[in-house]
Amino acid sequence: MATRRTLAEEVTGLDALEMPVAPRVSRAARLWAGVWPKVLATVLALGLWQLVVWSGWRPDYVLPGPLAVFRELWDRLYDGKLVGAVGITMRRAFMGFGLALLVGVALGSLVTRSKIMRSGVGSMISGLQTMPSIAWFPLAILFFKRSEAAIMFVMVLGAAPAIANGLIAGTDHIPPLMLRAGRVLGARDLSLFRHVILPASLPSFVAGLKQGWAFAWRSLMAGELLVIIANKHSIGEQLQVARELADAEWLMATMLVILFIGIAVDALVFGNLDRAIRRRWGLVDPAS
Amino acid sequence: MTSVSSTRSGAVPEGTAPTVLQVDGVSKVFGHGPAAVHALDRVSLDLRQGEFVCLVGASGCGKSTLLHLLAGLDSPTSGKIHVEGRTALMFQEAALFPWLTVGGNVSLALRLRGVPRQERRPMVSSLLEMVHLEGLGARRPHELSGGMRQRVALARALGQDADVLLMDEPFGSLDAMTRDLLHAELERLWTDRGFTVLFVTHNVREAVRLADRVLVLTSRPGRVAASFDVHIPRPRRIETPAVSALAGEITDQLSVEVRRHGHA
Repeated sequence: MATRRTLAEEVTGLDALEMPVAPRVSRAARLWAGVWPKVLATVLALGLWQLVVWSGWRPDYVLPGPLAVFRELWDRLYDGKLVGAVGITMRRAFMGFGLALLVGVALGSLVTRSKIMRSGVGSMISGLQTMPSIAWFPLAILFFKRSEAAIMFVMVLGAAPAIANGLIAGTDHIPPLMLRAGRVLGARDLSLFRHVILPASLPSFVAGLKQGWAFAWRSLMAGELLVIIANKHSIGEQLQVARELADAEWLMATMLVILFIGIAVDALVFGNLDRAIRRRWGLVDPAS
Repeated sequence: MTSVSSTRSGAVPEGTAPTVLQVDGVSKVFGHGPAAVHALDRVSLDLRQGEFVCLVGASGCGKSTLLHLLAGLDSPTSGKIHVEGRTALMFQEAALFPWLTVGGNVSLALRLRGVPRQERRPMVSSLLEMVHLEGLGARRPHELSGGMRQRVALARALGQDADVLLMDEPFGSLDAMTRDLLHAELERLWTDRGFTVLFVTHNVREAVRLADRVLVLTSRPGRVAASFDVHIPRPRRIETPAVSALAGEITDQLSVEVRRHGHA
């Protein structure tokens, strides 16, 4: 049957015509397009700061200008103290977030398994999220004294609900067609969870991680301000010391470090993860 | 209610093949009391092995409901369903998993029916080749056109090695040219592999183009109202006068069914 051959040719020909064609944008151009608005915004913010300083609203030993703060930051980086403090704080951040991740995933997957759990415990988890993490500290200090355990405790309470919620929201919003397709292929219970529910909820899970990180970071800073442990010079502790010494330049330099770390982890780790998933799933315009 | 011309060239001569799918007085009611919706009302039909049967009906005739019951996604309110062997179901959308590659989607069907890992890779290749998508296994579903995605779904369904392929308006959202090609592809695979097909559509010409037998379903509640044997030699084309003539006859029958609801 000669028609079979022509059929195959016709099919592949039409495929070639129908394959979506994305305009090629160079990597450098794409990078630049993403960077310049941020650079502009930063410059504007620094300019605004400098304007307030120039206005003389507060004397410059209380409100130093950006230049003085960056000079201070450079000196502190140079003498190594700041690096040590960042080290201690980041170690706590990873431990606390890691713990929150374990608890959040365990809680989330437990809750998603049954509808009753979801409506009962699910709303409780959301409620827990509205509790400001700093309000947990007095209790945490009663439980654990002024120790790292107290800080971890509050970090987990702050971040784990967000992570669990991401997982729960993800499983709640899976398109029914995906579940049906999985069941038609023969996936049931555990294999349905493993092959359909878990991967399908990934974008929402990553959003939960992102939010969990923000909560964990905030809890950690609050904790380091309140729970000062001897011989453990952390970033939060530096804030406290700088305020006691009325050293505004050091104080603001430390705040910049806190801001920078928070943003960097959010953008580099979770932002990239989110973007990678969206690109693989075809949820973004390939040209952007 | 049989009709039209002479030679039959379906895969199986009438009456000889065993029954692979039996629907016996199946009803499906959604909800309870006065608000209940009778989606299907005592539907009965048989599919013989290797047969290609199309189910046509207007909206609300419970076509999709029936396929869901047959695929085991839901259970009937009353009546019996018996399927000899396995079923696979294709949806109107390809319903591929976006977190897997094209090859991964096909491979998952193999994995879930217990094909060992080392055998999956060559099987995926040959399944993709079957639908003319060789070499595209590493692509993501979103990188393909709608027609190509639907062929991946077909490869995945074939990968389930089902005895009965259930298709729920699988080409409904495709353009006419792509649809014509997919009709030919499906007909070729069906002829080669000899599975049984139950194909649901609201497009009567499509039904006549493909089927050995066309069943007309009434609307609300769904019930089999008529059956037409199609004796047009294969391979067929959707534009031929013979297809048009029978399609016209079936459409008339459908119109009668639809008009019934105008007075209600």
